[in-house]
Amino acid sequence: MRILVCVKRVPITGGKMVLTDDAQALETKHLGFTISPHEECAVEEAVRIVEAGVAAGTAGEVVALALGPSEAEEQIRDCLAIGADRGILLETHGEEWDAQATAAAIVDAIRAQEPFDLLLFGNESADAGGYQVGIRVAHALGLPVVTGLKKIDVGDGSVRCERDVGGARDVYEAPLPAVLTVLEGLNLPRYPSVPGRLRAKSKPLEVVEPARPAQRLEKLRLVVPEGHGKQAEILGEGPEAAPRVVEMLQALGVA
Amino acid sequence: MRVVVIGGGIVGNSLAGWLTELGWTDLVQLDKGPFPNPGGSTGHASNFIFPVDHSKEMTQLTLESMRQYREAGTLHECGGIEVARTEERMEELRRRLASAKSWGVDDCRLVTPAEIKELVPFVDESILLGGFYSPSVAVVDSLRFGTVMREKAQANGAQILANTEVEGIDVEDGRVRRVRTTRDDFDADVVVIACGVWSPRVAQMAGASIPLTPAVHQMIDVGPVPRFLDSKTAVDYPIVRDMDTNMYERQDGQGLEVGSYAHRPILHEPGEIPSIEESALTPTELPFTQEDFELQLEHALELVPEVLGDESVGIKYAINGLLSLTPDGLPLLGETPEVKGLWSAAAVWVKEGPGVGKSVAEWMVHGEPEIDLQSSDIARFYPEQRTPQHVKGRAAEGFNKTYGIVHPGEQWESNRGVRVSPFYEQEKKLGAVFYEAAAWERPHWYASNAPLVEEYGIEPREHEWDARWWSPIINAEHLAMRERAAMFDLTAFCVFDVVGPGALDCVQTVAARQMNVPDGRVVYTPVLAPSGGFKSDLTIMKMADDRFRVVTGGAHGMVDMKWFADHCGPDAHIEDHTSAHCTVGLWGPRARDILSSITGDDVSNDGFPFATWKMVDVDGMEVLASRISYVGDLGWELYVPFEQGAKLWDAVWEAGQPHGVVPAGIGVYGTTGRLEKAYRAFGFELDQDYDVVEADMAWWKVKGEDFVGKEAHLAAREGEPAAVCSTLTLTGSKRFPLGREPIVRADGSPLVDAKGRRSYVTSAGMGPSLGKYILMTYLPPGDHGQLYVQYMEELQPVTVEVVGSRPPFDPDNERIRA
Repeated sequence: MRILVCVKRVPITGGKMVLTDDAQALETKHLGFTISPHEECAVEEAVRIVEAGVAAGTAGEVVALALGPSEAEEQIRDCLAIGADRGILLETHGEEWDAQATAAAIVDAIRAQEPFDLLLFGNESADAGGYQVGIRVAHALGLPVVTGLKKIDVGDGSVRCERDVGGARDVYEAPLPAVLTVLEGLNLPRYPSVPGRLRAKSKPLEVVEPARPAQRLEKLRLVVPEGHGKQAEILGEGPEAAPRVVEMLQALGVA
Repeated sequence: MRVVVIGGGIVGNSLAGWLTELGWTDLVQLDKGPFPNPGGSTGHASNFIFPVDHSKEMTQLTLESMRQYREAGTLHECGGIEVARTEERMEELRRRLASAKSWGVDDCRLVTPAEIKELVPFVDESILLGGFYSPSVAVVDSLRFGTVMREKAQANGAQILANTEVEGIDVEDGRVRRVRTTRDDFDADVVVIACGVWSPRVAQMAGASIPLTPAVHQMIDVGPVPRFLDSKTAVDYPIVRDMDTNMYERQDGQGLEVGSYAHRPILHEPGEIPSIEESALTPTELPFTQEDFELQLEHALELVPEVLGDESVGIKYAINGLLSLTPDGLPLLGETPEVKGLWSAAAVWVKEGPGVGKSVAEWMVHGEPEIDLQSSDIARFYPEQRTPQHVKGRAAEGFNKTYGIVHPGEQWESNRGVRVSPFYEQEKKLGAVFYEAAAWERPHWYASNAPLVEEYGIEPREHEWDARWWSPIINAEHLAMRERAAMFDLTAFCVFDVVGPGALDCVQTVAARQMNVPDGRVVYTPVLAPSGGFKSDLTIMKMADDRFRVVTGGAHGMVDMKWFADHCGPDAHIEDHTSAHCTVGLWGPRARDILSSITGDDVSNDGFPFATWKMVDVDGMEVLASRISYVGDLGWELYVPFEQGAKLWDAVWEAGQPHGVVPAGIGVYGTTGRLEKAYRAFGFELDQDYDVVEADMAWWKVKGEDFVGKEAHLAAREGEPAAVCSTLTLTGSKRFPLGREPIVRADGSPLVDAKGRRSYVTSAGMGPSLGKYILMTYLPPGDHGQLYVQYMEELQPVTVEVVGSRPPFDPDNERIRA
């Protein structure tokens, strides 16, 4: 089983969002970078599928692909640390690529590789949130695509997937190869181990510089919505605080 | 007294608690973050404490902190081992053992790899040569302790404010008046900045400087570790410090924390630290930079393969934690020299926080801390040592020394050559080997004197450590001085005048000896702390009724200057002459021949007696000559304005040629020359722990005038000293102790005096004219039998040469009075 997982380097936000002066990007000088929780689950799922295959005697490979600046190597190495076998970096020069351009570059990269059995994406990126790249890649390659998945079972030549729909689940079956986009909660991703980290350093990483096509989506500016950021209210200290805590829990409807 | 304590980390909390305990209850403590973890370095500290350090001051602060943590129920003793991968490190651990004994930490011992394995079964002992085991190493709950102290302050009447950011500090007439915050303005007589990595930014609001830089310390948490799943406490196993890789590994519940001081120095700007709101975690837990940790992971894996090699153990948390680094690695404590009433309690780590809180509180309330904080005094820096280039250069260099093997003579490499004397070019031509003192470049010895080594038959030192930062040329220069004469560059002296109608009052108050003396006198005097211990020792020249010139060592000069300034009434003030004058020292039996050949003035013993100064004419220059000596020979300190320095040097040098003058370095001035004469040095023999009587420096009569420490001094003269500063010698040893080693009995037991102080080597160095290696120490009275110095683990027998201050060389001082 050969699986491709596509990931995107995004800033780790936790506190108040600060924009650059031109409002074109997040100010990231104090921020670390990661991939989205959806993508973490995609990588974990891919690694599990291949690990299970290997345990059953079938060879397999997980390839992690990112389109982004050279620093995105860090995110690919993170994927390699938890078990992906090799990486492909579609290196940009820091500028943003819209969903069409991104999908096109990924499609070109995929065509240059041996065919994959499964192509996994996060349902949407953590920053731009376009919800498009997986679908566009599937369309371009003429593959079936199922989105928003919370469960994946790979069978012989096909994959069975489940998606939450308001208290129930849709169940799909698609022939392989297929494109799947997944959601956080699909699994509980592992932390990298130290040996995994060390192995990741020497795993192969191929760097490709795709040409950036004309963008068809124009970003005007970013706006931070009101009320974002940490909000904490101290209800009190010690046992005296208990009545206020109860009051608050009742107001929130959880008690 | 209305006090504002800014900061709610381990330091601010300890201080607030202690200040209110000592009676300063009109206190406001505030922090811009929430309690109990406002987001500073305390919040992500590893919280473990190894008690032993080579510095007495830091060890005392750490031991006091451990006592407080224990008393508050916030200390868990787990033991700790500093492990060695190299023989060089094993040597260092043996030296550490000696320091442990000197500072009274007795439960430490060296352990074999097998013993390490027994104590910490998850290490790979096969890569280790041994370790230094301290059973009293502990993990503390610094947040809980902080809460205890904050609540104590609150119970004592203090007002505690979280989420309150300082926006300004008002200073009027050089004194702090008010702290302006996002909540309210607070009038204050005293303000303490205990803001950790933010301290420079806060101090700047008052026009003061706190020279530290935020720096990254990387750490990761891995888990769950199968072996730890059944742990009964958070730390069942001793903490391991992997000294040779600058790392540590400690159990933390079901996880293992791995921390590093090995990566490249990553320094930050205090003004660039993200706000609490912008931070993903806290402002001092910055995003981890994996690439800086790669090599460290490999090193850690080598030592604890069972834990870190386990594929099921994940890296769950990884940060670049911010901590504070200073140019010399020591804390920044005390009143800032720029602003009266504005105090710094910064660059303090969890291991010394409570001790610092107590000590700084005592200093503020009583005027003196119980633990001598001379090395940590924030007044110690010269302006050039407060510059960002210096702070960052030294902090970066010091960072990787955190677990380093640091030789006592080791020199800094960054930001050198900042202050040079007017003789610098001449010295370079003579092959001077420069050491740094107070940012000055000072010759320690001269390569041009290499031929003297053979002439005097000086033996090299066999052991590399003993010979490091040393040269046999020092001893040769010494002997040439004793036989002929030597020239010294003493420009690094700190020189300042106390001026004005109130000058005499000021110097009388500060100096223990009589300062109401005729013009032209030079007085060497102790400067005492209120408790009678040493605050400094220095010389004062009486220039005129309204002018006294203080000459003191460069290293401690700025602190001395502040102390005098603090005791100036309204009609006296300080003039700093340090950079206005340069100084050539000329000593040796031929010194008079040399000086008299270049001046028409009377420099005979009658015309120019010891302990006087006068102006003499040399080659068209007016030279202030002061006849005193720290090397025990006839001679003078010669002062001229800076621009005439080169000419003065040349004049003395040329006049000295027929007399065989040699240039000599501070190796002679600071060590061999003074030790033969049993002259004490501040920071070595002299500190606040010992009084004048114990130093055997009590003069025949105490002046009638009041002075700081007088009452204590009079009391000390009444009783018997608990220990007396003494000269020991070591003969026939192939090893050369370098200082701080314990003095012990034949069974290895330490000598402890009636005040609980241990005998340790305060200074060590060769006495070339005596032909003996000299060790200074304080000895309790009584017969102790044969005494030994414990060097590494070996006991070397020593001879008690002199109990007291009588010089072993030229005991009747015939030379200096010749």
